[in-house]
Amino acid sequence: MTHAVVPDTTTADRPGWLHRNKLAVAPWIFLIPALIFFAIYVVIPIFQSLWLSLYEWNGLYTADGESTATWVGFQNYVKLWDDPNFWTSLRNNVAWLILYMLAVPLGLFIALFLNQTVTGMRFYKSMFFFPFVISQVVVGLIFGWFYNPDFGVVGTVWKALFCEETTNILGNVTFACSRPAPDILSSPEWATYGIIAAGLWPQIAYCMILYLTGLNNVSADQIEAARLDGAKGWKMLWYVVVPQLKPATFIAIVVTVIGALRSFDMIAIMTQGGPFGSTNVLSFYMYEVAISEYGERYGYGSSVATVLFGIMLIFISYFLWQMYQDEKGLR
Amino acid sequence: MFPRPVEKSSATVRYGYQAFLPFALVLWLLPLLAIFLTSIRSAKDINSGNVFGWPSEFALIENYTAVFTQSAAAQYMWNSVLITVPTVLISVALACLAGYALAIYKFRVALPLFFLFVAGNFIPFQILMVPVRDMSVRTELYDTIAGQFLFHAAFQTGFCTLFMRNFIKALPFDLVESARIEGVAEWKIFWYVVLPLVRPAIAALSVLIFTFVWNDFFWANVLTQGESAKPITAGVRALNGQFVNNWHLVSAASLLAAVPPVACFFLMQKHFIAGLTMGAVK
Repeated sequence: MTHAVVPDTTTADRPGWLHRNKLAVAPWIFLIPALIFFAIYVVIPIFQSLWLSLYEWNGLYTADGESTATWVGFQNYVKLWDDPNFWTSLRNNVAWLILYMLAVPLGLFIALFLNQTVTGMRFYKSMFFFPFVISQVVVGLIFGWFYNPDFGVVGTVWKALFCEETTNILGNVTFACSRPAPDILSSPEWATYGIIAAGLWPQIAYCMILYLTGLNNVSADQIEAARLDGAKGWKMLWYVVVPQLKPATFIAIVVTVIGALRSFDMIAIMTQGGPFGSTNVLSFYMYEVAISEYGERYGYGSSVATVLFGIMLIFISYFLWQMYQDEKGLR
Repeated sequence: MFPRPVEKSSATVRYGYQAFLPFALVLWLLPLLAIFLTSIRSAKDINSGNVFGWPSEFALIENYTAVFTQSAAAQYMWNSVLITVPTVLISVALACLAGYALAIYKFRVALPLFFLFVAGNFIPFQILMVPVRDMSVRTELYDTIAGQFLFHAAFQTGFCTLFMRNFIKALPFDLVESARIEGVAEWKIFWYVVLPLVRPAIAALSVLIFTFVWNDFFWANVLTQGESAKPITAGVRALNGQFVNNWHLVSAASLLAAVPPVACFFLMQKHFIAGLTMGAVK
């Protein structure tokens, strides 16, 4: 687009091409800055990544600026197939997706609990929302400490329940525990679930706020009518309220799916994929492979990213399809 | 209203509910309260193992000053400001323009372009990581503030455009129509008719993008390495390594990192929630 001139209304007596077509040209002038920016940093890199996943490359260039990448075809994907870490990551991604979904009903539950108008309710609502505002890095640190078996909250509660405090001859306090306190983040079996539980905390808060807004707009007439018909409790919730909350549920599911597949911060902070790679997910594994201490493997990393992108694409297509249905309905 | 308002229930239920609320809140925020208590403990408490009980003495000021004097926390905080503010300005400005174009004009590719912005907003960061990092290294934007805010601005433009387009679409179209009949130039319609009406959307987007970008951790790791350009989220992690076993300092640093978005949320709560829940009601 080279017609970066705003149509001038003073030339109305001799309408030129630009003026006659101003409604066709104007949107492009408004769009171009955003489009260029978005293309450079988002759209083109996606295709570059897909392309790079067919190369082996350590990110270096020769002296005259040529990339040192070598074409390997689909070999990165063949390697991926035989890579146990990849499968662990994939399995953990599925665990994240499924368990993270708990945020939706739990968020609804808390929203229902808080959907009252007693004094100070606004304060309570914003305090319940609090965890979402904090960075996941901080949430990760908080829970890393919370889970610590020696001095975290979990350890302390455990000691209170299962341990007996004894003072030995030297006057030192020791604990004799019937069962040792669990070290959640060091256990290959439990660490992933520990991180997911931590991740659920802010996510529940997010779903809660979506539902609180949704509940505000539930038709009071319908509730009253259903109440007169004798509906109450679970039945009322399931047949009258939840259908009206559909838009909120849709968004809650969208953000939860995206959140689950994007989980990176917490893993990086709490376990760095360990112990023994057991808490890896694709997003973290990709980072680890591509930029690791042992040299950069951009090609292999890109193939992991491509798989993750493929999974996300399934969901994105579904979301866009849903949005498209809504758009059609508006016309 | 559902569930039935407690005012209509018996006194027992009403008082029971009101008594239970603070209890539920403390339970919900327990991890946060615990870390706050830790952040005001003295080193003595930490070493003697009194990490969970009531602090033997309060060291609020000492700990929080120590974070600033013994580490690069101040630098990290300032870097975060330098990254987030331009991001907000650029992405919201671009989105006003693009959202206007996509909402007001009827042209064939309007919907596909809109979906491009929406989809771009959902993709996993990892698919962008290698090319963006490589591009930053080649253009000498790697490990700089500008390198980070340019990327964030471009990426957040997707979400902002989605938001703006839907917001403008909901405005009465007659306004634009009648301005056009009067012969007002298109950019003047944008500037004088539409822009004043989207101010609430600008406010909502600004607080949201500020929070999202302030809390970013992934790109801070991908696009920086030294202290000079690292934002506070990556900084806190570096401090975590530096302050090993000084849990009171780590806690204080983490809470400090959370202050700006939290303040932003409480000051602009209405806009923040309106922005987050856009689309949650029809």
